[in-house]
Amino acid sequence: MMIESLLFYAFAALAILSALLLVHIRNIARALFLLFIVLFSMAGLYLFALADFIAITQILVYVGGVLILLIFAFMLSNKELLDDLQSSSKRFISLPNWQAIILALAFLSLMIYSYISWAQDMPEWISQAEAKGRMILPTDNNIKILGFKFMTQYVLPFEVISVFLMMALIGAAHLSRKESNK
Amino acid sequence: MITLTHFLVVSACIFCIGLYAVLAKRNTIMILVGIELMINAAILNFVAFGKYDKVNYGGQVFAIFAIVLAAAAVAVGLAIILNVYRHFNTINPQNIHELKD
Repeated sequence: MMIESLLFYAFAALAILSALLLVHIRNIARALFLLFIVLFSMAGLYLFALADFIAITQILVYVGGVLILLIFAFMLSNKELLDDLQSSSKRFISLPNWQAIILALAFLSLMIYSYISWAQDMPEWISQAEAKGRMILPTDNNIKILGFKFMTQYVLPFEVISVFLMMALIGAAHLSRKESNK
Repeated sequence: MITLTHFLVVSACIFCIGLYAVLAKRNTIMILVGIELMINAAILNFVAFGKYDKVNYGGQVFAIFAIVLAAAAVAVGLAIILNVYRHFNTINPQNIHELKD
Protein backbone atom coordinates (compact mmCIF):
# COMPACT_ATOMS: atom_id res chain seq x y z
CA MET A 1 0.00 0.00 0.00
CA MET A 2 2.75 2.40 0.98
CA ILE A 3 4.89 1.88 -2.08
CA GLU A 4 1.83 2.10 -4.33
CA SER A 5 0.89 5.59 -3.20
CA LEU A 6 4.55 6.60 -3.28
CA LEU A 7 4.79 5.54 -6.93
CA PHE A 8 1.52 7.31 -7.70
CA TYR A 9 2.81 10.56 -6.24
CA ALA A 10 6.08 10.17 -8.12
CA PHE A 11 4.30 9.71 -11.46
CA ALA A 12 1.89 12.58 -10.75
CA ALA A 13 4.72 14.93 -9.78
CA LEU A 14 6.71 13.92 -12.87
CA ALA A 15 3.72 14.59 -15.13
CA ILE A 16 2.78 17.93 -13.60
CA LEU A 17 6.32 19.28 -13.28
CA SER A 18 7.36 18.35 -16.79
CA ALA A 19 4.09 19.78 -18.14
CA LEU A 20 4.84 23.04 -16.32
CA LEU A 21 8.35 23.08 -17.74
CA LEU A 22 6.86 22.30 -21.17
CA VAL A 23 4.74 25.44 -21.21
CA HIS A 24 7.53 27.52 -19.72
CA ILE A 25 10.40 26.57 -22.02
CA ARG A 26 10.98 28.57 -25.21
CA ASN A 27 12.81 25.99 -27.28
CA ILE A 28 10.13 24.04 -29.15
CA ALA A 29 12.25 20.91 -29.68
CA ARG A 30 12.93 20.60 -25.96
CA ALA A 31 9.24 21.20 -25.24
CA LEU A 32 8.32 18.32 -27.56
CA PHE A 33 10.74 15.99 -25.78
CA LEU A 34 9.24 17.07 -22.46
CA LEU A 35 5.85 16.10 -23.89
CA PHE A 36 7.40 12.64 -24.32
CA ILE A 37 7.98 12.48 -20.53
CA VAL A 38 4.48 13.80 -19.80
CA LEU A 39 2.84 11.16 -22.00
CA PHE A 40 4.89 8.33 -20.48
CA SER A 41 4.05 9.35 -16.94
CA MET A 42 0.37 9.73 -17.86
CA ALA A 43 0.54 6.13 -19.12
CA GLY A 44 1.98 5.21 -15.74
CA LEU A 45 -0.94 6.93 -14.03
CA TYR A 46 -3.42 4.93 -16.12
CA LEU A 47 -1.86 1.79 -14.67
CA PHE A 48 -2.90 2.90 -11.19
CA ALA A 49 -6.52 3.04 -12.37
CA LEU A 50 -6.07 -0.61 -13.48
CA ALA A 51 -6.25 0.22 -17.18
CA ASP A 52 -3.24 -1.62 -18.53
CA PHE A 53 -4.46 -1.81 -22.12
CA ILE A 54 -5.11 1.93 -22.20
CA ALA A 55 -1.57 2.57 -20.96
CA ILE A 56 -0.06 0.41 -23.71
CA THR A 57 -2.29 2.09 -26.32
CA GLN A 58 -1.21 5.47 -25.03
CA ILE A 59 2.45 4.58 -25.46
CA LEU A 60 1.87 3.08 -28.92
CA VAL A 61 -0.38 5.79 -30.35
CA TYR A 62 0.85 8.94 -28.64
CA VAL A 63 4.55 8.32 -28.19
CA GLY A 64 4.92 6.27 -31.36
CA GLY A 65 2.62 8.22 -33.65
CA VAL A 66 1.48 11.63 -32.48
CA LEU A 67 4.80 12.76 -31.05
CA ILE A 68 6.76 11.73 -34.15
CA LEU A 69 4.20 13.61 -36.26
CA LEU A 70 4.60 16.72 -34.07
CA ILE A 71 8.40 16.56 -34.35
CA PHE A 72 8.10 16.24 -38.16
CA ALA A 73 5.79 19.26 -38.33
CA PHE A 74 8.18 21.21 -36.13
CA MET A 75 11.13 20.40 -38.37
CA LEU A 76 9.20 21.18 -41.56
CA SER A 77 8.22 24.64 -40.30
CA ASN A 78 11.49 25.38 -38.59
CA LYS A 79 12.97 28.37 -40.40
CA GLU A 80 10.47 31.00 -39.37
CA LEU A 81 10.28 29.67 -35.82
CA LEU A 82 13.84 30.55 -34.93
CA ASP A 83 13.40 34.18 -36.03
CA ASP A 84 10.18 34.37 -34.09
CA LEU A 85 11.83 33.12 -30.93
CA GLN A 86 14.70 35.56 -31.13
CA SER A 87 12.61 38.60 -31.94
CA SER A 88 9.98 38.11 -29.28
CA SER A 89 12.06 36.86 -26.38
CA LYS A 90 13.20 40.32 -25.33
CA ARG A 91 9.82 41.94 -25.37
CA PHE A 92 7.91 39.30 -23.45
CA ILE A 93 10.38 38.50 -20.73
CA SER A 94 9.25 41.40 -18.59
CA LEU A 95 5.54 40.94 -19.26
CA PRO A 96 4.36 37.35 -18.88
CA ASN A 97 1.00 36.35 -20.22
CA TRP A 98 -0.78 37.24 -17.01
CA GLN A 99 -4.29 37.02 -18.42
CA ALA A 100 -3.78 33.39 -19.43
CA ILE A 101 -2.16 32.58 -16.06
CA ILE A 102 -5.08 34.14 -14.17
CA LEU A 103 -7.65 32.31 -16.28
CA ALA A 104 -5.93 28.94 -15.91
CA LEU A 105 -5.43 29.36 -12.16
CA ALA A 106 -9.07 30.41 -11.67
CA PHE A 107 -10.26 27.36 -13.59
CA LEU A 108 -7.92 25.11 -11.60
CA SER A 109 -9.08 26.48 -8.25
CA LEU A 110 -12.72 26.11 -9.29
CA MET A 111 -12.23 22.48 -10.29
CA ILE A 112 -10.20 21.54 -7.21
CA TYR A 113 -12.71 23.27 -4.91
CA SER A 114 -15.56 21.35 -6.48
CA TYR A 115 -13.63 18.05 -6.22
CA ILE A 116 -12.81 18.60 -2.54
CA SER A 117 -16.37 19.53 -1.66
CA TRP A 118 -17.66 16.62 -3.74
CA ALA A 119 -15.33 14.03 -2.17
CA GLN A 120 -17.56 13.51 0.88
CA ASP A 121 -20.59 12.21 -0.98
CA MET A 122 -19.81 10.01 -3.96
CA PRO A 123 -22.40 9.48 -6.69
CA GLU A 124 -24.75 6.63 -6.04
CA TRP A 125 -23.42 4.27 -8.68
CA ILE A 126 -19.88 4.54 -7.35
CA SER A 127 -20.86 3.83 -3.76
CA GLN A 128 -23.07 0.96 -4.92
CA ALA A 129 -20.22 -0.51 -6.95
CA GLU A 130 -17.92 -0.21 -3.94
CA ALA A 131 -20.50 -1.85 -1.67
CA LYS A 132 -21.28 -4.75 -3.99
CA GLY A 133 -17.67 -5.28 -5.01
CA ARG A 134 -18.27 -4.54 -8.69
CA MET A 135 -14.99 -2.69 -9.08
CA ILE A 136 -12.24 -3.70 -11.48
CA LEU A 137 -9.69 -5.69 -9.49
CA PRO A 138 -5.96 -6.10 -10.16
CA THR A 139 -6.51 -9.82 -10.65
CA ASP A 140 -9.00 -9.39 -13.52
CA ASN A 141 -8.05 -10.25 -17.09
CA ASN A 142 -8.77 -6.77 -18.43
CA ILE A 143 -7.59 -7.18 -22.00
CA LYS A 144 -9.71 -10.27 -22.65
CA ILE A 145 -12.87 -8.65 -21.27
CA LEU A 146 -12.13 -5.47 -23.23
CA GLY A 147 -11.80 -7.46 -26.44
CA PHE A 148 -15.14 -9.18 -25.83
CA LYS A 149 -16.77 -5.81 -25.08
CA PHE A 150 -15.43 -4.29 -28.30
CA MET A 151 -16.75 -7.12 -30.42
CA THR A 152 -20.16 -7.50 -28.75
CA GLN A 153 -21.55 -4.54 -26.84
CA TYR A 154 -19.59 -1.71 -28.47
CA VAL A 155 -19.32 -3.07 -32.00
CA LEU A 156 -21.22 -0.19 -33.64
CA PRO A 157 -19.11 2.63 -32.11
CA PHE A 158 -16.02 0.56 -32.89
CA GLU A 159 -16.88 0.33 -36.60
CA VAL A 160 -17.91 4.00 -36.76
CA ILE A 161 -14.65 5.11 -35.19
CA SER A 162 -12.57 2.97 -37.52
CA VAL A 163 -14.29 4.43 -40.59
CA PHE A 164 -13.85 7.90 -39.08
CA LEU A 165 -10.14 7.29 -38.51
CA MET A 166 -9.71 6.13 -42.11
CA MET A 167 -11.54 9.23 -43.39
CA ALA A 168 -9.42 11.54 -41.25
CA LEU A 169 -6.14 9.95 -42.35
CA ILE A 170 -7.07 10.03 -46.05
CA GLY A 171 -8.13 13.66 -45.63
CA ALA A 172 -4.85 14.52 -43.93
CA ALA A 173 -2.83 12.88 -46.69
CA HIS A 174 -4.92 14.72 -49.28
CA LEU A 175 -4.47 18.08 -47.52
CA SER A 176 -0.72 17.83 -47.12
CA ARG A 177 0.22 16.74 -50.63
CA LYS A 178 2.14 19.02 -52.92
CA GLU A 179 -0.06 20.81 -55.41
CA SER A 180 1.52 20.15 -58.80
CA ASN A 181 -1.19 21.16 -61.31
CA LYS A 182 -1.40 24.86 -60.65
CA MET B 1 -4.76 4.40 -0.57
CA ILE B 2 -5.33 6.17 -3.87
CA THR B 3 -8.87 7.50 -4.08
CA LEU B 4 -10.80 8.95 -6.97
CA THR B 5 -10.04 12.51 -5.83
CA HIS B 6 -6.30 11.99 -6.34
CA PHE B 7 -6.85 11.18 -10.01
CA LEU B 8 -9.26 14.08 -10.43
CA VAL B 9 -6.84 16.62 -8.93
CA VAL B 10 -3.94 15.42 -11.10
CA SER B 11 -6.07 15.58 -14.22
CA ALA B 12 -7.31 19.07 -13.27
CA CYS B 13 -3.69 20.25 -13.01
CA ILE B 14 -2.79 18.77 -16.40
CA PHE B 15 -5.95 20.24 -17.95
CA CYS B 16 -5.18 23.74 -16.69
CA ILE B 17 -1.57 23.55 -17.93
CA GLY B 18 -2.98 22.61 -21.34
CA LEU B 19 -5.45 25.49 -21.13
CA TYR B 20 -2.60 27.88 -20.38
CA ALA B 21 -0.65 26.55 -23.37
CA VAL B 22 -3.65 27.07 -25.65
CA LEU B 23 -4.24 30.61 -24.39
CA ALA B 24 -0.71 31.94 -24.12
CA LYS B 25 1.46 30.28 -26.75
CA ARG B 26 2.17 32.07 -30.02
CA ASN B 27 3.02 28.97 -32.01
CA THR B 28 0.43 26.69 -33.55
CA ILE B 29 2.35 23.50 -32.74
CA MET B 30 2.45 24.42 -29.05
CA ILE B 31 -1.29 25.13 -29.14
CA LEU B 32 -1.78 21.63 -30.56
CA VAL B 33 0.40 20.25 -27.74
CA GLY B 34 -1.84 22.05 -25.24
CA ILE B 35 -4.92 20.44 -26.78
CA GLU B 36 -3.20 17.07 -26.49
CA LEU B 37 -2.55 17.70 -22.79
CA MET B 38 -6.23 18.55 -22.24
CA ILE B 39 -7.31 15.36 -24.05
CA ASN B 40 -4.92 13.36 -21.86
CA ALA B 41 -6.47 14.86 -18.74
CA ALA B 42 -9.91 13.85 -20.01
CA ILE B 43 -8.67 10.30 -20.69
CA LEU B 44 -7.31 10.10 -17.14
CA ASN B 45 -10.76 11.05 -15.85
CA PHE B 46 -12.41 8.39 -18.04
CA VAL B 47 -10.05 5.72 -16.77
CA ALA B 48 -10.35 6.75 -13.11
CA PHE B 49 -14.15 6.56 -13.23
CA GLY B 50 -14.06 3.42 -15.33
CA LYS B 51 -12.47 1.58 -12.41
CA TYR B 52 -15.92 1.46 -10.77
CA ASP B 53 -17.75 0.14 -13.84
CA LYS B 54 -17.10 -3.54 -14.14
CA VAL B 55 -20.37 -4.34 -15.94
CA ASN B 56 -19.95 -2.20 -19.03
CA TYR B 57 -16.25 -1.23 -18.98
CA GLY B 58 -17.49 2.13 -20.30
CA GLY B 59 -14.59 4.20 -19.03
CA GLN B 60 -11.83 2.14 -20.62
CA VAL B 61 -13.68 1.66 -23.91
CA PHE B 62 -14.34 5.36 -24.30
CA ALA B 63 -10.77 6.16 -23.26
CA ILE B 64 -9.63 4.18 -26.30
CA PHE B 65 -12.15 6.01 -28.49
CA ALA B 66 -10.81 9.33 -27.16
CA ILE B 67 -7.23 8.29 -27.99
CA VAL B 68 -8.30 7.45 -31.57
CA LEU B 69 -10.12 10.78 -31.92
CA ALA B 70 -7.06 12.66 -30.67
CA ALA B 71 -4.83 10.86 -33.16
CA ALA B 72 -7.19 11.74 -36.03
CA ALA B 73 -7.39 15.36 -34.85
CA VAL B 74 -3.64 15.75 -34.64
CA ALA B 75 -3.14 14.26 -38.12
CA VAL B 76 -5.60 16.68 -39.73
CA GLY B 77 -4.33 19.59 -37.62
CA LEU B 78 -0.72 19.05 -38.64
CA ALA B 79 -1.72 18.81 -42.31
CA ILE B 80 -3.50 22.16 -41.95
CA ILE B 81 -0.49 23.66 -40.15
CA LEU B 82 1.85 22.58 -42.96
CA ASN B 83 -0.48 24.09 -45.57
CA VAL B 84 -0.69 27.35 -43.63
CA TYR B 85 3.09 27.45 -43.30
CA ARG B 86 3.50 26.88 -47.03
CA HIS B 87 1.04 29.69 -47.74
CA PHE B 88 1.90 32.36 -45.18
CA ASN B 89 5.49 31.35 -44.26
CA THR B 90 4.60 31.63 -40.58
CA ILE B 91 2.68 29.59 -38.04
CA ASN B 92 2.14 32.34 -35.51
CA PRO B 93 -1.67 32.49 -35.19
CA GLN B 94 -1.58 36.27 -34.73
CA ASN B 95 -0.14 36.76 -38.21
CA ILE B 96 -2.71 34.54 -39.91
CA HIS B 97 -5.71 36.79 -40.28
CA GLU B 98 -6.79 36.50 -43.89
CA LEU B 99 -9.07 33.88 -45.33
CA LYS B 100 -8.57 35.03 -48.93
CA ASP B 101 -5.64 34.14 -51.13
